[in-house]
Parts: sequence; C-alpha cells; structure tokens
Amino acid sequence: MRYIPNSPDERRAMLASLGLERIEELFEQIPPRLRLDGPVGIGSPVSEPELIAWFRRLAAENATDYQSFLGAGAYSHHIPVIIDSLISRSEFFTAYTPYQPELSQGTLQYVFEFQTLVCQLTGMDVANASVYDGSTGLAEAVLMAQRVTRRDKFLIADTVHPQYREVVKTYTKDLGAEVRYVGHTETGTIDFSSLHIDKETAAVVVQSPNFFGCIEDLAALADAAHEAGALLVVAITEPMSLGVLRSPGSAGADIVVAEGQSFGIPLSYGGPYCGLFATREKYLRQMPGRLVGETVDHHGRRGYVLTLSTREQHIRREKATSNICTNQGLFALMATVYLATMGRRGVQEVARQNLNKAHYAADAISKLDGFALRYSAPFFNEFVIRMPRSATEATRALIEKKIIGGVALECYYPDLNDSLLVCVTETASKRAIDDFVDALSKL
Amino acid sequence: MANTPEELSYTKDHEWVRVKGDSATIGITDHAQNQLGDVVYVELPKVGEKFESGEPFGSVESVKAVSEIYMPLGGEVTEMNAALADSPELVNEDPYGKGWMIELKIADSSEIDGLLSAAEYEDYLKEEASE
Amino acid sequence: MSKDRIKKATSHVVQNEGLLFEESRPGRVGYSIPALDVPERRDDELIERRFLRDDDLEGMPELSEVDVIRHFTRLSTWNYGVDTGMYPLGSCTMKYNPRINERVARIEGFANLHPLTPAPLAQGALEVISRLEECLAAITGLAAVTLQPAAGAQGELTGIAMIRSALTSRGNPRKKVLIPDSAHGTNPASAVICGYTVETIPSREDGTTDLEALSKVMNEDVAALMLTNPNTLGKFEENIEEICRIVHSSGGFVYMDGANMNALVGVTKPARFGIDVMHLNLHKTFSTPHGGGGPGAGPVAVTEELEPFLPFPRVVKTEEGLTLDFNRPKSIGRVRAYFGNFGVLVRALSYILTHGDAGLREATETAVLNANYIAHHLIDTYEIAYPGALMHEVVFSDKRQKKFGVTNADIAKRLIDYGFYPPTMSFPLIVQGALMVEPTETESREELDLFIEAMRSINDEAAEDPDTLKNAPHTTKVGRLDEVAAARKPVLRWRRNNLAE
Repeated sequence: MRYIPNSPDERRAMLASLGLERIEELFEQIPPRLRLDGPVGIGSPVSEPELIAWFRRLAAENATDYQSFLGAGAYSHHIPVIIDSLISRSEFFTAYTPYQPELSQGTLQYVFEFQTLVCQLTGMDVANASVYDGSTGLAEAVLMAQRVTRRDKFLIADTVHPQYREVVKTYTKDLGAEVRYVGHTETGTIDFSSLHIDKETAAVVVQSPNFFGCIEDLAALADAAHEAGALLVVAITEPMSLGVLRSPGSAGADIVVAEGQSFGIPLSYGGPYCGLFATREKYLRQMPGRLVGETVDHHGRRGYVLTLSTREQHIRREKATSNICTNQGLFALMATVYLATMGRRGVQEVARQNLNKAHYAADAISKLDGFALRYSAPFFNEFVIRMPRSATEATRALIEKKIIGGVALECYYPDLNDSLLVCVTETASKRAIDDFVDALSKL
Repeated sequence: MANTPEELSYTKDHEWVRVKGDSATIGITDHAQNQLGDVVYVELPKVGEKFESGEPFGSVESVKAVSEIYMPLGGEVTEMNAALADSPELVNEDPYGKGWMIELKIADSSEIDGLLSAAEYEDYLKEEASE
Repeated sequence: MSKDRIKKATSHVVQNEGLLFEESRPGRVGYSIPALDVPERRDDELIERRFLRDDDLEGMPELSEVDVIRHFTRLSTWNYGVDTGMYPLGSCTMKYNPRINERVARIEGFANLHPLTPAPLAQGALEVISRLEECLAAITGLAAVTLQPAAGAQGELTGIAMIRSALTSRGNPRKKVLIPDSAHGTNPASAVICGYTVETIPSREDGTTDLEALSKVMNEDVAALMLTNPNTLGKFEENIEEICRIVHSSGGFVYMDGANMNALVGVTKPARFGIDVMHLNLHKTFSTPHGGGGPGAGPVAVTEELEPFLPFPRVVKTEEGLTLDFNRPKSIGRVRAYFGNFGVLVRALSYILTHGDAGLREATETAVLNANYIAHHLIDTYEIAYPGALMHEVVFSDKRQKKFGVTNADIAKRLIDYGFYPPTMSFPLIVQGALMVEPTETESREELDLFIEAMRSINDEAAEDPDTLKNAPHTTKVGRLDEVAAARKPVLRWRRNNLAE
C-alpha cells in the first residue's frame, strides 16, 4: 500500500520493540468471535491508472455537454482558474479546524475575510465561518429564531425551495415547532393577505429571489414581522443576485442564510457547497457555527482565533446552539478567492450579465405563440414560463436536442404542470439562448 | 486562599448573598471566579423575572467553559448589573463589589436560614479540595 | 540549548500580508469573462429601484490576479497541514490525503454535473452513490446506507431521528438518550435536536462502559444508547455485545458513533456487535481532505429494521438503469438538499477501491501499531490516564509535568517549535490535562521517532526551563494570542474604521 511509508520489515521491527510478534496480538481486545476471518468484500486493490480510467468512464455517462438552463438552487457560473490552483495548496486542504491558532493563521485570516465578505454582501452585522449548505443553513436559522424569540410558530412561504422546506421539516419536527406554509399570488411572491403574523410567530421565512425567481418585498415583510415581535429569516439560493439587489440586511432581515455555491464552487451533483449564515449583532450569542475573531499576541501583533466557542457543542454539549462541528473550510476559501478575484466590480458585472441575459431570454420566450411569463414580479436570473403543453413532456423533448430546458415545476407544485423554471446565467451565450428559444418554438 | 467576607452568606454552588431587609444582592465568590479564569461574558436575567431557589438564572463564561449560576433564594429580580455587559472582567477584579450580578426581592425569608456562613463555606471549600 | 534538541524544524522567513480589504486598490481587476452579447439595459428598467442595491458594494476588494495569488499563497505558508508533517490530532484522524482522489473528483463529468440533471443523464453519478453505499454496507456489515448527511454530526442527527421514527411507529418515541461521559459533544447536541433529553453515564476505571451503571439506568424511557467504539480513549468496548443486549432487552436502540472506525475497518464489522445504526466520517476513516475545517461527509448505515426510515430519495436499480425513489412513506425526510456532499463521496470511493480488502486491513493494522508504538515509548515519560490495551490513539495527560507548573497547553505549544502540530487538547473531558495523540498509518517510523524524541525533550525542558514552555511557541508568525480579549470585545469582521477604533 503506497500510502503507508513503513515497509513490512520496518513494521515487524516496530512490533518487536513492543515485545510482540504478530500484528494480530494488537487486536486481542476485540473478542475473537467478532473478528473477521475473511476479506471485507470490496475486492482487490485497483491501480492508479485503472481507477482513473474507471472514473472517467463513469463520468462520461453524465451529461455535461448539454446546454443547460437548470438553476433551482445550484447555478452554473464561470469559475476563475486560480481558485483551483490556490485551494490545491496542501497547507489549506490538508489542515484541519484551526484549533492551534499559531499554526493556522492562514485558515483563520481567510475565514475572517470570508465573514467580512458575507456581511458586506448581505448587509448584516456578523457572519459565521459557514454551515454545510443553504438548506441546512435555513434549518439552523429556524432553530435560532425559536431560541431568540422563545416562540414556536413559523410562517414559511411556499415559494421557498421545496427541498429546503423538507430539510426544515426534518430538523424541526421533534422540537415543538409549528410550521405553516404561506401561499403566493399571481405576481409569484408571498400573499400578504394570508400572512397572519401573531404573538406566537417566531419568524416569517422567505426566499428572495424565491424558487420561482421572483424578488420578494423584504422591507415590507420585515416591517410586518417586527410589528408582531417576530423575526424575518431570508434564504438566498442565488447570492450572485446581491451584485445588483438591495441587501436583505438593509431591508431589515434578522437572519440571512445563503447557498454560497454560486461563488466559484463547482456544481458537483449537489455538493459539497458552502452555507452562508449572517445575523444582527444582538443575536450573536444565539448564532450556530464557528466564528473567527481578531486579537493580538503578547507582542501586540495582529492575529486571529476561533472565538465565542462557548456557544458550541464541544463545550456546551446538549445546551449548544447547534450540533454542527465542522464548517465548510475549503469551500469557504473557494468563495473567498472567488469574491477576491471577481472583486467589487466583477460581482456587479456578472450580476448584470445574468440580469440582462435572463430578461433577453424571457422576452424572447414570451413572444412565442402560446408561451408567457407565469408571474409578473421582477426577477433576477430565473423565471417561470407557462407553455401550451406539459412542461415535463417538453423537457423530455428538449433532451433530444441536447438541451436541458429547466425544472418542470409539476414535481414540486402539482397544479403547475404547464410551467417550466428556467435559469439563464452569464455562461449561456446569446446563440445558446436563441437555439433554446428556437427549440421551444418547434415543440 | 480565596477571600470569603465574613458578613456575606454563601451556597455550595459558589454564589454569595448580601441580605438587606427583604432584598438580596447576589454574585459569585472569589473562589468561583478563580476557578473559572478570565470571565468573558455574563448572561443575566431581565428585571421582573421570577425564579425559585436553586433554579439557574444566568451563566458565566470563560474562553473555554460555561458555568450556570443558581438562585440562592427564590424571588423576583429587581435589578441587574448592566456594567457586566461591557466589563465582564469586574467579576474577576471585584467579585463581591463591582462584580455583583443581580438584586432580588426575597419571596420567602425563611430560605435565608438554608444559606452557609463564611466559616461553613470555607469548610466546604476545604472538603471539596480534599476530594 | 533547546535549539539543538529540535531536529525536525528550522525557523524560516514568512511574508507578512494584510487583509484583502487593506490590499485593495480602486481600479484593479482580477477576472476575465466574455463581454455581454445581448442588448444591455439599465438595472432600473428591469427591476424597480427600491429593490436595487444602493451601496455600490462599498468595501469589497479590488485586486489583480497576481495580488490574489500572492495573498492566498502567503496565507497558506502560515498554516501546517498533513503534507507538512505529522498532525497527531487525536480523534480527527489526520492521515495522508491521496492525490488521485482529488484528480477523480475534478473530472468534468462529476464536477460540472447539476444536481437536478434527469436521472438518465446522471447514471455515472448515481453509480458512484450506489457503489459507495455497497462498499460501506460491506465494511460495516449493515444492511443499508444513506450518503446524504453532510458531516458526522449530521449523521448522528439522521440516525437518532430514524430511531425516533422507528420507536414512534411502535407507539412510543420514548424520552431520553444515554451517552457516556467520554463522548464527543456532538452526540448530546444531536440527540437534543431530535427531541430527547440526555443522560450521561460514567465510564469505568479502565475507560469503558460500566455495564452495571448501564443496566440501572436502562428502562422503557430510554430510546437509545450512543456509543463511540473504540471510544475516545482509544479503548475497544470489549463488552459491546452485552451492552447491545442490555439496551435491546428494554426495547432501545444502539447508535454507534463511527468516528473511530479507522481502528476497525477490515478487522471486524460493527454489525457483528449487535448495533442498529452508525455513522462514518469519510474525512477521517476514508481520508477525504479535512480542508481546514470541512467539508466532511457523514454516511449512516442501518439494519434491515431501520432501512424504511432512511432519508429520501434512495438510489434504486431498475431495468432502465439507476433511478431515484421518492416514495418512502416511513422516511424521516431530507436532511440536506440534493444528495449530500457528492464530491466527497467520489473521493472516498476512490480511497476504498485503491485499498481493496487487503489495503483497508493493512491501513487499520498499521494505524493501531503506530499508536501503540508511541504509547509504549512515551509511557515512562507521560501519564496515560487509562492505561491498558489501545487501538488507534492514546490519551496522555500532563499529570507528571504539573509539578513544574507546566500544563498540557504548554506542552502542546512547545511541540510547535519542534515542528509538529499539537495533539487534541482538553478532550475527552474525563481526562484532566489531556493530550490525545493519533498518529494514523501514514506516518513513517522516523517521523514517529522524532515525535517521541520531541515529547521526551519537552519533558526535560519542563523540569529544567519551564518558562521556555510557558512562552512557546517561539518560532511562529504570531505567538500565543489573547483569546480573552477576542471573546470580551469580539471583532468578527473588517470595517474601514476598525483601525481607527
């Protein structure tokens, strides 16, 4: 085995230094009847070239040469090549949680930068070192709102990503939380007339842009929530939108969670991604997850440490703010390098390209006979089109033309069987968009 | 050796109590702050909250530990030391003075008899140390 | 004097570097994307002004590509990784991260695959999931596996939620979960999210579970026992079968925390112990990179009885190939969007197939040998709180060095000067002044010997020159940092006026 440095002879010599002859003697604490006498059942070791070839064959069975208009929580964006180059430095990827700050200043400083960038984009006061992803981040936000308000009722817009809602349900079902879904209007945004916030409501939970791509009126939602002493929790699956959209913090949100995948993280069939989590300073003590803070050493030199750890499970155990232990370290680094490379202007330019291309596509599609935009609210890079046939069948037909046309909404919203969720990012060329429109017209 | 003022009463959870009429001031002992190390955060209840004796009413945090603080006597919180929010180090520097935590209106004055005297508390500390 | 004793490391110039925000200069550009090829319209033609940003992203950095490369490269040199040297962080299993795993996870067909790609167009990815589930079922001996949990702690939550659902379907979810005092903090925190209270059970003098204490507290209120095996002291629970019998006889379940599965792979299968459910930490046992804190992955393996409660969707084999089954009426639901940390799964599968049966067993044996080698050669110098047979790690304490006024933290910090990352400190909680050492199988004898020598030398220094230890490390970019100040007045982000303050 090439990953084990010591030769069999060296290992025998080490055993001998312990006064042992056979390696099996080290396992005598395991009762003999529990020990295996045969192989595990994986098979023989596979050599490096054979294994790479095998994985290449498998990967070739996955469609990545199709023109895709899939979004719905995972987005295709250009990824600067320097990200992979930098995260491949093994001082980053073979290190662990920065428990010893003197040997981990690299990790600690980039996490501090990451926290700052998340605050800048979301308009919030404080952000943690990341959570697993957007969906679990939202579940954590809901549990946090329950702790902050000591209330148990949650009003969750039915335009929050359906898979996020499923995760929230799993996390909250045994904690006495009552979850109610709030419907949407013809505009595609939350129906204020069925939003009944009362003194038991812990939080109003919305996504913006929402699952249909529509932008919610966060300022009005914040006012409505705050009036009843409830919090506004905002989920963002497409944080690139923050390059042009008003930040949820400036609109009055109390907790903001976002899926950081758009910031330089490969689609990778759904993970690993990086959950962004930000809140108001006054709720800091109730926030889950790791935090890095600035301080000085005994010579007065600036440095960074993990801080406010008393919120966490390794100290507070069953009273911790969360069971989360790891953050998404390396993927927080990817997001940090992305935002550093794109910078203030690049994030804005990418966001504007998404905005313009999506509107170009939406305009062209809605001019087709029988097609229309389903909702009237403003959108960023995703929108729902209504078509004169089943959207599920339409996506099947498009696959024949090597186009993945989007998400047929029927699987999440059974009454929307004629509706397709389309996402257009900066990676779609005008030609690809035109081909897509053409293919739709010929269905 | 920890400082244990004669005029105060104590609990086995290392709180001190200064009784004045039907009100009592509460904090943690010099021994407790010493064991905890540098205090970085003190969580206190709001004025008006009511607690039974023995109930946790807040917590004291050092960098790597959290200790709950328990009510020596039942009653309603009438005042809390707001200065601790910005200066938690007062608990270390002056545990019996500026590091006080809450003041309460005693619900049942008969509970006072259950508290330890300074001598009893010191004996208790010796007992604990020998274990 | 002490410098001559340090053989492994030499101090070396490192570059200073400010924060991204401080290095920023207006007008610098580090990116390159194609020009917009559709007609450009003003933002406020497309979206109402009140929904648009008005801060122009003030404060975000503006840097060139070279600035970014230098910045992060400099930062990286302030870190220590497994590739730098032995990283004996107990319980974290810091073994070598094979490069082939990195290579295959980056193959375009995996890296660029959207999670909502229709199943017929994602057969290769579904095959990775299916094959890894089979491998982990073989390794644990259990019936079925979910790969959805994003980390070990989420695996715990998934497993306990499944136990709760199973008990609920029998009519009573019960009230509490038993957890030994040596357990990871995630165990109690996870049990609480599933609506249980936690009861701690004390360890015996040898560090294993006290059967009598367990029998006494075991009753029909107990939903589960969460047990780490081998435990955090590196001890195998010899009575594991009896423990499972006791819990099962009252109708409870046994959850095994598989954080230390790297001591068992290929030597035994946990299903044989009688456990019901366990998680595996792919970043520990199967060497996916720790990444400075993550991402991990925490697959959960279960018995036939618990299989219906696994999170949905499940990957199933049909005549048309692999598909996703959402019709799982007893499922606890989703614990994460999509399919979990797929990129981590690819790496773990690569690791398992590279090793095969023979390699997996060899890795386990060597990890246990290396831990015992260190314990044997340091037992005369450092106290082992719970002596006796050990598996993959050893927990020392600072008991003998305390008389010189030296603590485990001082020993740990001094190890940095000797060129090693320090062991895990202050855990498990039942050992005062703990130093938890886990060498893993991927350390050479020379590296282990240097570590042993460094630990002995530090012990000598403790007696001769304790101040050297108390002020250590002496050779790093920053010395010991003021954690008290960091916690009292938290500064958690850069602001333009941070310095002015």
